[in-house]
Amino acid sequence: MAELDLASFFLALLAGAIRVGTPFIFVSLGECLTEKSGRINLGLEGILITGAMSGYALACLTGSPWSGVFAAGCAGLLLGLLHGIVCSLPRVNDIAFGIALILFGTGLAFFLGKSFIQPQAPMLPAIMLGAWSDDERVRSALSINVLFFIGVALAVVLHWGLRSTRWGLMLRLVGEHAESAHALGYRPVLVRIGATATGGFLAGVGGAYLSLYYPGSWNEGLSSGQGLMAVALVIFARWQPLRCLWAALLFGAAGAIGPALQAVGISAGYYLFSAAPYILTLLVMFVTCRPNRTLNGAPGELSLTR
Amino acid sequence: MSTLDRRDFLKLTGLIGLSAALPLSLARAADKPLAVGFIYVGPRDDFGYNQAHAQAAAIIKSLPNVRVIEEENVPETVAVQKTMEAMIRQDGVGLIFPTSFGYFDPHVIRVAKRFPEVRFAHCGGLWQEGVHPGNAGSFFGYIDEGQYLNGVVAGYASKSKKLGFIAAKPVAQVLRNINAFTLGARSVAPDITTTVIFTGDWSLPVKEAEAANSLIDQGCDVLTCHVDGPKVIVETAEKRGVMSCGYHASQAALAPKGYLTGAEWNWETPYRAHVEAAQKGAPMNNFLRGGLKDGFVKTSSYGPLVSDEARARADAIKAQMIAGKLDIFIGPIKDNRGNVVIAAGTAHAQTDVVLEGMNYLVEGVRGQI
Repeated sequence: MAELDLASFFLALLAGAIRVGTPFIFVSLGECLTEKSGRINLGLEGILITGAMSGYALACLTGSPWSGVFAAGCAGLLLGLLHGIVCSLPRVNDIAFGIALILFGTGLAFFLGKSFIQPQAPMLPAIMLGAWSDDERVRSALSINVLFFIGVALAVVLHWGLRSTRWGLMLRLVGEHAESAHALGYRPVLVRIGATATGGFLAGVGGAYLSLYYPGSWNEGLSSGQGLMAVALVIFARWQPLRCLWAALLFGAAGAIGPALQAVGISAGYYLFSAAPYILTLLVMFVTCRPNRTLNGAPGELSLTR
Repeated sequence: MSTLDRRDFLKLTGLIGLSAALPLSLARAADKPLAVGFIYVGPRDDFGYNQAHAQAAAIIKSLPNVRVIEEENVPETVAVQKTMEAMIRQDGVGLIFPTSFGYFDPHVIRVAKRFPEVRFAHCGGLWQEGVHPGNAGSFFGYIDEGQYLNGVVAGYASKSKKLGFIAAKPVAQVLRNINAFTLGARSVAPDITTTVIFTGDWSLPVKEAEAANSLIDQGCDVLTCHVDGPKVIVETAEKRGVMSCGYHASQAALAPKGYLTGAEWNWETPYRAHVEAAQKGAPMNNFLRGGLKDGFVKTSSYGPLVSDEARARADAIKAQMIAGKLDIFIGPIKDNRGNVVIAAGTAHAQTDVVLEGMNYLVEGVRGQI
């Protein structure tokens, strides 16, 4: 009995890591890209919520969840573009504008999303990888959304692209030392606007995952800070896309541990387990940060480190 | 404006404030429509707690000589004090319904002391004579009767004899619901267990979905909940092919196959009572409670998976409850650690205030507060 419980606990943890972690993958990859270009977009939380709302709304109206995902991405792109352009104006602080964007995106989504709380939108399909198993639990744990695989592929592509392509080099140079990039004939402002807009697109898609797959409905309490946690996640992942992927899964698992433990009957101190993601963040910060050295791998142009 | 210094400003605002308190304006207020404020903790259309309130508020809106002001998404913090104050000062409300549990202590109490002429009818709090101001009061429904009936129906429907309950926080009302649900199910089959998962807050959709999946993985085949928006849980249950019992409002539309029945609020009854008392100037009813009998709560109609036997049994129990002949909490009842919490021979009627301080989970519940 105890062994069975342990097995199903780890299964639940794995399934939870994938289910809960997928939006983290998209948002953190988007933020990673933006920060690599030397800007911080704190507004991803607002973009995530706008993405969730517009994705759900369009899926409702057109009947196709994929058009919803696309719409969510486009909404994210627009907000990302806004952040990119406004922060290119002289003396605009990207962190302050990011906070403004959280409020703007959330307010806009709540306002426009009022009429979409009640209707049910078609959901994104899952791939049944567990069809071979007779166990309902395994089948459910292994029915994984396509967006997860897209996210994994994206992490690999970004990892390779940032390292080994001309575009990646340019992006990193702009983020590392804007003057050098300028001297080489690149236009840092345009690169940054592009990177922020792309980051916004990815965060929007992350939002669509929330509203169109898991938990799969639009309401105003949908995001519980995933967008903000993703920003911390990028720092934790040291601005490397592949590490972002692992970090996202780790945070997903941390979010799933509370319910999973209670379901197998370990219920003492469940509120501590609910705090697991935050404790994890603190631990990571404690282990990796030392007062006498700057963060490893931080882009040189980030206002965070400058 | 430059001539208005702080002293003049204070005088002026003082005058305006005083004039509001004059008997002249009070006399005029009699034929003025009563302004009623509703404060919700979440969105008004969440398929749950806030929707149940908003539906009743819409009925109040249609009453003659009543003006309704609503504000949603007000957190259970000092923010609700600001909202109440704004409603009083700007909209001149005479009666406020702060509908969320956490608003009461200390927020409603504090504001009620400052505005003795305004009535505060809080939903769910435990108003105590002598401790809390007289212009505040609490109303609530004995929805555990609905949860007991949910349990009875779930007890018949469950094949694994394992039920799942997703709860927000271990406060007395939630525990009472978990216990009533379990007692109802165990009245059908004494070997049934209810596994409870606390998510930590009233609205956390991702955690609720995760909790539902974990419970289903553990073999629970009927889920119910006490969170603000049961939508995600009922939908997840339907997706995974297990049954569910609703809460707050009817979620039948979300799960046409697996929805068994549900415990719903009918807030119209207490709202009407408070509005009428305020309009007539009758004294405030500080402690208003009611169950199925009084029309404070109701149940959803049965889903297709409810057997005839279950229907007959649940209907019989419901009839007894409406007749006031059935108490849920009758001793001997043990908690899930083996201590006797209600001694043999003791029966707590629904109206017994002791039940509103419940701090245990009964035998058969797997979980810990």
